Amino acid sequence: MKEGATRDAYGQALLEMGNDQRIVVLDAGVSDSSRSKKFGDKYPERFFNVGIAEADMVCTAAGLATTGKIAFATGFACFLLGRTMDQILVSVAYSNTNVKLVGTHTGLAVGEDGPTAQMIVDIAYMRAIPNMIVVQPADWEETVQATRALAEYEGPAYFRLGRPKIKGIFDSTYKFEIGKGRVVKKGSDLVIFATGIMVQESLLALEILAEEGINVSLVNISTLKPIDRDIIIEMASSHKFIITAEDHNCIGGLGDAVGEVLLDAQISKPFKRIAVKDRFAETGTGAELFEKYGLSANHISLAVKDSLK
Amino acid sequence: MTIPDINQLKQIALELRRLTLKIIFQAGSGHPGGSFSATDLMTALFFGGILNYDSSNPNDPKRDSFVLSKGHVTGIYYSVLAKAGYISESDLDSYRKINSPKFLSGHPHPKTPGIEIASGSLGQGLSVGHGIALGKKLDGYNSKVYVILGDGELHEGQIWEAAMSADKFKSNNLIAIVDYNKVAQDNITKDLKDLEPIEDKWRSFNWDVHRVDGHNMEAIINVLKLPLHPIKPRVIIADTIKGKGVSFMEGKTAWHGVAPSPEDYDKALKELV
Repeated sequence: MKEGATRDAYGQALLEMGNDQRIVVLDAGVSDSSRSKKFGDKYPERFFNVGIAEADMVCTAAGLATTGKIAFATGFACFLLGRTMDQILVSVAYSNTNVKLVGTHTGLAVGEDGPTAQMIVDIAYMRAIPNMIVVQPADWEETVQATRALAEYEGPAYFRLGRPKIKGIFDSTYKFEIGKGRVVKKGSDLVIFATGIMVQESLLALEILAEEGINVSLVNISTLKPIDRDIIIEMASSHKFIITAEDHNCIGGLGDAVGEVLLDAQISKPFKRIAVKDRFAETGTGAELFEKYGLSANHISLAVKDSLK
Repeated sequence: MTIPDINQLKQIALELRRLTLKIIFQAGSGHPGGSFSATDLMTALFFGGILNYDSSNPNDPKRDSFVLSKGHVTGIYYSVLAKAGYISESDLDSYRKINSPKFLSGHPHPKTPGIEIASGSLGQGLSVGHGIALGKKLDGYNSKVYVILGDGELHEGQIWEAAMSADKFKSNNLIAIVDYNKVAQDNITKDLKDLEPIEDKWRSFNWDVHRVDGHNMEAIINVLKLPLHPIKPRVIIADTIKGKGVSFMEGKTAWHGVAPSPEDYDKALKELV
């Protein structure tokens, strides 16, 4: 199982898909960090770095898409989405253009640059937009497969990536499918639904808990929209307690998405959400911020024990 | 098909103004002022042998593309699409009406045949047009992309982001036309935020700048027929009059976004002959 940052896996996947002449990649002046540069170095004629101009990038991607291209518009999530909601609404989502918005450097995991660079509202933004799907991979393997799947998927998508290195979770027998969650660990009594880097964090929590003889279930929700209702209903029904875990604000993200499914299905069970508690964080390392703002494996294991007691 | 001569084009423009006013009157809402300032420009593009398109094959990859960045002037846009054969004139009865079969919404959407992209939020069309221009070049086509911008729209910062990008990528197949009617919704553009020196602005962004009287059909055709610049994107600053063709609408902010009353409609039609 390969380890590494999801942004690195994305850069590698794009490079490997580069023979497909339909694929064009855009960046807004951060291609070295977003890893789109790898594609750009090999396929300069299909790489458009528009400089620090996210709004222009998103609409240029939409224009390219109208000519039959699969346009990956890449940037730091904070600026890629924060500066372009109107462009995304009109030129991408409403126009239903084949644009993949790829936001790297998401969540508190970004660390020291602080709240201007820690995108914690992007899932909420993008889930609220008609025609838009939202995918956040948990590790290298899933990122590579999801990049390919998004290229094949015809329509607007948001792909949420991160900066930190992630341990390998899935091997090459794993099959990513848009809209499908995956049981990562089977336990009893309690199920954790996690997304992105929080799958790794939850696995660490499961190790802590296993030492104390507690074995709970973990589900990876990599497509946040359309969310896998079946796996949520099935796992929520077969467990007594539910926890969601995301490196995102507690409003509009995975917790709300799972909660909506449970409400619709009239499943009422004790439910805790591990997420940023509707506040801006601060500077610090990703690990320090996860600890202080309640996202660490330690916090997850405490939430599990608190539920089970 | 023979291309209409200048007098025939003027006649087409007149018919389009009448049709535009009719559908705005029937809809009870719309934007006559900015439709009329753009009418002669769009007539030249679509019917003067400039834009290469086949309305029976709207998705032909070799087509030239048109983006109406000032997307609110659908009165003239849909009238042009009907005249060009993308939709029928009877489709126009559903303009701004619910369940419109050709999706003739207040602002454009690609569900309507002939429309490339949704617009109506100002500032996006030049970037979109540039993306199309890049795509055409990648595919090896000599197609051109024409984008009509409003003058007030140039207040949007994204226009200048796109201007820089098109220069960077030497997108000489991108042609922007500024419908410089000097009047925005709120105020005359000069007082809202002055665009002058408008030519210098574009020139300093390394665009190939041209200026034309946007109601002189012969001059419009001549400037649109100029061979492409070898490397620079082109902007045509077209001096126009908001509400052109109806004396009581000309130059008036009041006619930016209202439909005429029955009396005004009759009065206007008497002038559009």
